[in-house]
Amino acid sequence: MNKIKTIIRKEWAEVFKNRMVIFTVAFLPLLMTAIPLVIIFSTGAITSDASTLTNLDAEMPTELTDAMCPEGLNGADCFQVFLVSQFMMMFMIIPVAIPVTIAAYSIVGEKTTRSLEPLLATPITTIELLIGKCLSAAIPAVLATYAAFGLFALGSWILVSDKILLTALLDARWLIAIFIVGPLLAVMAVTFALMVSSRVSDPRVAEQVSMVIIVPVLAGFFGQMAGLFVLNKTVISWVAVVMLALDAGLIYLATNVFQREQILTRWK
Amino acid sequence: MIHTETLTKRFKEVLAVDNLSLDIREGEVFGFLGPNGAGKTTTVRMLTSLIGPTAGTATVAGFAIGRQDTDIRRTVGVLTETPGMYDNLSAEVNLRIFADLYEVNDAAGQVEKYLKMLGLYDRRLDTAGTFSKGMKQKLAIARALLHEPKIIFLDEPTAALDPEAAHLVRDFIAELKKEGRTIFLCTHNLDEADRLCDRIGVFKSRLLVLDTPANLRASIFGRKVVFHLRAADDRLAQAVRSLNFVREVKVVENKLLVNLEDPEAHNPEIVRVLVGVGAEVQFVGELRHSLEDVYLQLVKAA
Repeated sequence: MNKIKTIIRKEWAEVFKNRMVIFTVAFLPLLMTAIPLVIIFSTGAITSDASTLTNLDAEMPTELTDAMCPEGLNGADCFQVFLVSQFMMMFMIIPVAIPVTIAAYSIVGEKTTRSLEPLLATPITTIELLIGKCLSAAIPAVLATYAAFGLFALGSWILVSDKILLTALLDARWLIAIFIVGPLLAVMAVTFALMVSSRVSDPRVAEQVSMVIIVPVLAGFFGQMAGLFVLNKTVISWVAVVMLALDAGLIYLATNVFQREQILTRWK
Repeated sequence: MIHTETLTKRFKEVLAVDNLSLDIREGEVFGFLGPNGAGKTTTVRMLTSLIGPTAGTATVAGFAIGRQDTDIRRTVGVLTETPGMYDNLSAEVNLRIFADLYEVNDAAGQVEKYLKMLGLYDRRLDTAGTFSKGMKQKLAIARALLHEPKIIFLDEPTAALDPEAAHLVRDFIAELKKEGRTIFLCTHNLDEADRLCDRIGVFKSRLLVLDTPANLRASIFGRKVVFHLRAADDRLAQAVRSLNFVREVKVVENKLLVNLEDPEAHNPEIVRVLVGVGAEVQFVGELRHSLEDVYLQLVKAA
C-alpha cells in the first residue's frame, strides 16, 4: 500500500508541475458545468410563457416524461429537465478525458525519459505499479467530476426556485451517473490508456490512440440526442453493471499487457 | 554472492548471453568487460530480475532469479546505463521516492546522508533537470545505495563523465569496496577496471576469460622484464637465452626484453650472468601490458 501511495505522490508531483495539465483538469469540468447551467438560465424564461407551456405539454413523448418528470411538473419544466439531462452524458466526458491525458503519458513518458528501468528495478510489483499509476490518473478526474457536479447542483439551486423542478433536475439518474458510472468510466479510460502507453513508443501516439476511449461516451451523447434511447434509472444502472464487468476485464488485460521484459527490451 | 550456471538469454534469433557460468564472491569487485552489444546490460538485467533468462539458473544473495525476483530487487542496488531521473522533481524528492519504494526505515536520513556524501546536498532542492551529466550520475548512484544494498550493479558508471567527475565516481566505488560490498561493474574503461576490480570477466555473448587483471596479463603476454644496459647486443642476449628458465629474449635499443615465468626468482640470476659477460646493468623493471592490450587481444580472438 505504501508503494502505491509513493507512486501516486510521484505521479502527482510530476504531472501537476505541468500547467497545461492543471488547465485541462480545471477547464473541462468548468465548461461542462457552465453549459447545462446556461440552458437552465436561458430556458427559465420559457416557463413563464403560458402559450409555450401548453404546446410543450402536448409535444413531450410520454416515455420521456415518465423517465424524467415527476408528477406536478408542467410541460415547460419537464422540457427543461429533458434538455439538461442531455448534458448528463457530457458530464461523463470529464472522468474519461482528464485521466486519459495523464495515464497515456505515464508509461511511455517514463520510457522516453529512461526512468522506467530504475523504477522497475525497485521491489515494486507490477500490480502495485499499475494501481498507483491508475489511481493517480483516476482520482483527479473523479474529484473534478464531483466538483463539477457540486457546482452544477449549486448553480441549479440558485437558478431554480421550484423545488419539484430542482429535484427533477438533480434526480437519482444524475447521482448514479456521477457517483457510480463516473468513477467506473475513469477506471476504464485509465486502464485503456495505460495499456496503450505500455505498447507504444511515442507519447503523442499514446495520447491520440487513448483518446479513442471517448468515442463510446460521445456515441451515447449523440444517440440520446437522436432519441435512440432514454437515459432513465434502469438504463444507467445497467450501464454501471456493464462498466463494472468491463473494468474488471480491462484491469486483467492491462496487467497482462504490462510485460516488464518486453517494455525494457523492445524499447529503443 | 552471485552464482550463475549456464545462464542464457536469446532474443528471437539473437543469442545475447550464451551459457554464462560464474561465481562472484562476497566483497569482490567484479569487472564485466565487453564491446557494445556484447550482452553486458542483458546480463545485469537478468541478475537484477528485470528480465528472465531463456535457460540456465542464477542466484543473487541466495535468491533465485525467476522465483524470488522481488527479494532480489529488494537486496541489490542498480545503477542503470542512463541515470533516468525525474527531471521535473528536485534531487531530494527523486531520492525520497526511491527510498520509500525500497521501504528504507529512515528515508529522510538516508537521503541526506547520500546527498552529502556525493556532494549534492547544497543542490538538493534544485530539479534534477538542471543538473549536469556528472551530477545526475552521482544522484543515480545515491539512488542505487539508499537501501544499503550488499550487492551493487554499476552499468557504465563513468560513461560520458568528464575526467573530474569520473575520478570522483571511481573514488566513491573504491569507498564502497572498502565497506565490503560486492560490486558488479560493467565498464568500457579498462584503466578503471584495472584499478578497481579484483577479477575481470571479458565477455562477448559468452565469457571469454575470467581472472585477476595481473593473471590475465601474464596468461596472454607472459611476464616481461626490461634490463636497461649501457649497451645491449646479441652477445648479451645469447648469454641470457642460454639460461633454461628464460622463454624469450629481444634486444630493443639498449634494452633486453626478457620473457620470464617468475621474475622475482630469476632476475638475480640474469643480472649475475649479464654482469659476468661484461654488461653494465643500469636498472631492471617489469614491462606492464595495459589491460587494454589484454582486452583487445581477447576480443579480437573471439
